[in-house]
Amino acid sequence: MTNTTYTVIFYLFAAITVFSAAFVVFSRNVIYSAFSLLFTFFGVAALYVFLSADFIAVTQIVVYVGGILVLLLFGVMFTNKIMMTDLKTDVLNIVPGLLILVATVGGLIHVFVQRADWLVSADQLQGSVVERIGFETMSRYVLPFEMASILLLLALIGAAFLARFDKAEKNEQ
Amino acid sequence: MEFLNTIGLDHYLVISAILFGFGLFAIVTRKNAIVVLMGVELILNAANINLLAFSKYNGGMEGVMFSLFVIVLAAAEAAIALAIVINIYKTFNTVDLSSVDSMKE
Repeated sequence: MTNTTYTVIFYLFAAITVFSAAFVVFSRNVIYSAFSLLFTFFGVAALYVFLSADFIAVTQIVVYVGGILVLLLFGVMFTNKIMMTDLKTDVLNIVPGLLILVATVGGLIHVFVQRADWLVSADQLQGSVVERIGFETMSRYVLPFEMASILLLLALIGAAFLARFDKAEKNEQ
Repeated sequence: MEFLNTIGLDHYLVISAILFGFGLFAIVTRKNAIVVLMGVELILNAANINLLAFSKYNGGMEGVMFSLFVIVLAAAEAAIALAIVINIYKTFNTVDLSSVDSMKE
């Protein structure tokens, strides 16, 4: 792959990510936001591949697109009466919000690109990273790995407990 | 022109800064709790891009492992947050955050 092709593909995915993220934020329809978030997650996964983190990219697609986005869509469906209300949401504080947006992005880009002088290492990550993730998980990061499993179990129990169907409450009504 | 042609660390940092700004904008301005959650996810993705970019150009594995744990925590956070949102909807019959102003009905 030539350098020009690489650059063009990078800018294509960067544009997909940024514009769909903008649509998520500025669209007034919740369903449009949710489906636009799909393209953002795919674009970010493609950027992970550019950063030679292929395993993270696949995890991103499996967890975010397959899990979190479906969960968000369920949330949209549960919390809107589909036939009655239109799914539009109001926007408040638009001027302070825009100010914060411009200030944050401008400040961050100024600091990242202009002020900071990043030292780039000579041996960058190359190729696939899957095997090294396996080694790291089972050696240096085995305690966080186990803690993450316990945390996921706790989150599962907690979410099921919080969102359960309450029979006693139903009978009272 | 040289900056635009060779993809380096700065490009990823700029994209992540823009995603972070959009996520913050969603959290500040939107009234629907679900869209606020989407803003949180955008911010987590921006943080992940930063971690992976620094990890690639540093040559270490720390950022890659950390971004993996960020994804795990994001999944747990989304599940709990949606359970809470559904409870708010059961109690107040709306997910409009500016009308949820008491601890119980």
